[in-house]
Amino acid sequence: MAVTLAQSTSQPKPKRRAAAALAIGLLLATGLLLVIMTLSINFGATDVAPSTVWASLFNYDATSTQHLIIRTLRMPRVLVAAIVGAILALAGAIMQGLTRNPLADAGLLGIESGAALGVVLAITFFEIKTLNLYSIFAFAGAAVTAVLVYSLGSLGRGGPTPLKLTLAGAMITAFCTSFTSAILILNQQTLDEVRLWLAGTVAGRDLGLIAESLPYVGVGFVLALSLGRSLTAMALGEDVARGLGQRTGWVKVIAAIAVVLLAGSAVALAGPIGFLGLLVPHIMRFIVGIDYRWLLPYCAIGGALLLVVADIIGRVVVRPMEIPVGVVTALLGGPMFIYLVRWRVQR
Amino acid sequence: MKTFPWITIRPKHARFSLRIDRRLPKVGLIVGLLVLAIMIINMGVGEYKISPLDVVKTLLGMETGDPQHVLIVRTLRLPRMLLSALVGLALGTSGALLQGLTRNPLADPSIMGINTGAGLVAVVLTILVRNFPARWIPVAAFAGALVAAGLMYVLAWRKGGDSPMRLILIGVGLSAVGSAVTTLVITIGNIYDVQRAMIWLTGSVYGRSWVDFWAFAPWVAIAVPLAWFQARQLNSLHLGEDVALGLGVNVGRQRAWILFVAVALAGASVAVAGVISFVGLIAPHVARRLVGTDHTGLVPTAGMLGALLLVASDWIGRTIAAPNEIPCGLVTAVIGVPFFLTMLYHHAKTK
Amino acid sequence: MLATDTLTLGYDGPNILDQLSITLPAGQITALIGPNGCGKSTLLRGLARLIKPKHGAVVLDGHDVQRIPTRQLATQLGILPQNPVAPEGLTVRELVAQGRYPHQRWFQQWSAADETAVRSALEITNMVELADRAVDALSGGQRQRAWIAMTLAQETDIILLDEPTTFLDLAHQVEVLQLLEQLNRQSSRTIVMVVHDLNHATRHADHVIALRAGVVQAAGAPRDVITPSLLRAVFGIEAEVIPDPRTGVPLCIPYGLCAAEPTDTLLHADAVGSRA
Repeated sequence: MAVTLAQSTSQPKPKRRAAAALAIGLLLATGLLLVIMTLSINFGATDVAPSTVWASLFNYDATSTQHLIIRTLRMPRVLVAAIVGAILALAGAIMQGLTRNPLADAGLLGIESGAALGVVLAITFFEIKTLNLYSIFAFAGAAVTAVLVYSLGSLGRGGPTPLKLTLAGAMITAFCTSFTSAILILNQQTLDEVRLWLAGTVAGRDLGLIAESLPYVGVGFVLALSLGRSLTAMALGEDVARGLGQRTGWVKVIAAIAVVLLAGSAVALAGPIGFLGLLVPHIMRFIVGIDYRWLLPYCAIGGALLLVVADIIGRVVVRPMEIPVGVVTALLGGPMFIYLVRWRVQR
Repeated sequence: MKTFPWITIRPKHARFSLRIDRRLPKVGLIVGLLVLAIMIINMGVGEYKISPLDVVKTLLGMETGDPQHVLIVRTLRLPRMLLSALVGLALGTSGALLQGLTRNPLADPSIMGINTGAGLVAVVLTILVRNFPARWIPVAAFAGALVAAGLMYVLAWRKGGDSPMRLILIGVGLSAVGSAVTTLVITIGNIYDVQRAMIWLTGSVYGRSWVDFWAFAPWVAIAVPLAWFQARQLNSLHLGEDVALGLGVNVGRQRAWILFVAVALAGASVAVAGVISFVGLIAPHVARRLVGTDHTGLVPTAGMLGALLLVASDWIGRTIAAPNEIPCGLVTAVIGVPFFLTMLYHHAKTK
Repeated sequence: MLATDTLTLGYDGPNILDQLSITLPAGQITALIGPNGCGKSTLLRGLARLIKPKHGAVVLDGHDVQRIPTRQLATQLGILPQNPVAPEGLTVRELVAQGRYPHQRWFQQWSAADETAVRSALEITNMVELADRAVDALSGGQRQRAWIAMTLAQETDIILLDEPTTFLDLAHQVEVLQLLEQLNRQSSRTIVMVVHDLNHATRHADHVIALRAGVVQAAGAPRDVITPSLLRAVFGIEAEVIPDPRTGVPLCIPYGLCAAEPTDTLLHADAVGSRA
């Protein structure tokens, strides 16, 4: 079968922006992120003034209800959104570069569903309630599914093509989801506990959870950002990269560890959130070009920005109810995916 | 010179000839007997145990000495067994059609958005609409499958024709969006409704009666023969679009028609038994091993293997954790994984 | 007889062929030649109704092919696309049997005529020995012969082939071209093929149509058509044309590119859609 999926990664456009401009852009984006995060904190059942937000951070008054709300509810929430957004976008960018697959995403490739299954198993059978242990199951689930999807997707003619990887991902997702539902059918209490989490949500987290996840997130983050140069070469094809002196085997291993750490902690923190890892790298590639040394940091900031905004949207549209942020990203990213397929897949 | 791999029925002086895959009768007989045997054993297990001999006697209308047997076997268990066989038949056939159509051995109604469409509609109606009459849910689910498939087809179609690859990928995308919305509904519903919906999303034939059987049987009776008639066209389509066109196949129309038959089968199955995944994926694979790539043999064999798979899964689900019952949709999913691992292994070995 | 009448073909974007009117002589081998992107593959696909014309028509014995039911047309005109791919495990015999599709109905699935046609197609292409092997396990030349056998089993008067010798080594190229020549001589079938190698065209074709940027530059017998000036105009190369010492057909020996580069206006037709 002729597989012609026009890939932006395989046809590098000579898009070179001066390093200075890129650095300034990154700073501006970070500034914008901070502003929107503050806005997100302002926003809620009771609106708080920006000055109060500021005060609660640097001049905490334990007797003020507003300060309490900000410290225990809203700030953790926006932080989780920013962190999860950043790491999912990074994971997506790495997978897209490594497999030269413009349709790669931790959700679409089944990795998140594997992590989710791991967590549900942990809650049901081991009665584990702390994030630290959640995370280990999430990582295990993510790692197993990542390996399975990659090997299944590499079967047959032409190695791991986007089509085969996507299908393998969908298959593994179907499996993990039926397994998850089966467990939940037999266990109503767990169902009630995790159903919101299963939709992907950043609500109801506290600062402790974030602190617990920081080591994993940090390692994943550093590994990911260190891959910039290698991924730029890998995007030209594995043989070319080897010809350019890359030790492709190591690059793959490090990338795999990074993806598992990032996607696993994202799921442990916020449940499975789909399409974000697909959406952000495509937008950023449009802005920055294909140099992964810049693309990766931009993706991190962009992903954080997008998820914080998605969370605000989820809180606004059906006020006073909330749409879980995972549903919002699916509704934003799904059309993007379909657009990519419709216009980029020739045959 | 060896001869053709099919049996030809060609009466002399008649403008009539029929071609039957050489391996089909044998495979069909064996698989058919297996399905029958498992159904008989399965009808004997459960809270009220009945020996297989007594089951056969009851089915044949003979006295067994226990007046309960007629009620349990004929009224309670038989419709469920028959229904699971028919659902398997429909899913296996649907999978074979979709894999042939897309020339892709990984295509399956459960990952191409068809099942998700049906599932979404059913979940919304179960959870959000108070007192929606349960007997209309299958109809609505079927409509959901059709809408999803139609959307998939329209979005994949582009000037210059449709492409099987776009079709699959768009199906996957729609499926992911659909699942997200399904999850949203699950988060906001009443926990009892949610649990009901979840069972349905895993796929089960629990408690199905003759009413359900007779609602489903006509679909199979019409759509499965239609699928068999499409087998020769599928053979041509399998050689690629250009070759098929050159052979005089009206590619666009045939594709749409085959897709429609496949969706009708999958949609009706979801409607009656919930979302059962992997049957449509596994059955055609095994069928290919048994009878080769010729769709005239492949499509019926995949159907029968689908029936075998589902009947066996239901039996396993009823016995393995007795007195609890595991939905057969979960059993098929669990069978699916070792299946793909062996597939991986064989593939690695042949390379 | 197959001809085109003011045929305009194209995908999205500019037309690749504009108002083309040509005639393909019946019972002869016609070779379509030209540089990459000249529209020769597009023309072949248009002739085989794989692309709908934007304007004009392909005419077969006085009828517009778009109006002939596609299955009926398939009994008159067969096409072998570029690099067809057979499903894994399909045997040669099964593949060739598929060529009978347009002659079959649901109540007439395998007539005596079908059987005879498949047998003779296998014999002509010398594939009898290999009939029970899987197509994907054959060598390139054998595979191409298997596909040609399928097209033969279709029993059409006209056979169109898109680059039947691409990706074959020299011996297999000769094998395929001789087979086509034999088919033409023995059963006077009309054969139209796109070829890349000019010397193959001059050696095996009775009629040559040279295209450049969608426009016919010359058409006729190789002896009359293939000249240094045509090669300059069509391919932009400086070449010597000498008679083949054995057969007398023109033989091209390219020496270099023309000083004035005429290739800058080439349309990128092949890049757009001729790959299937």
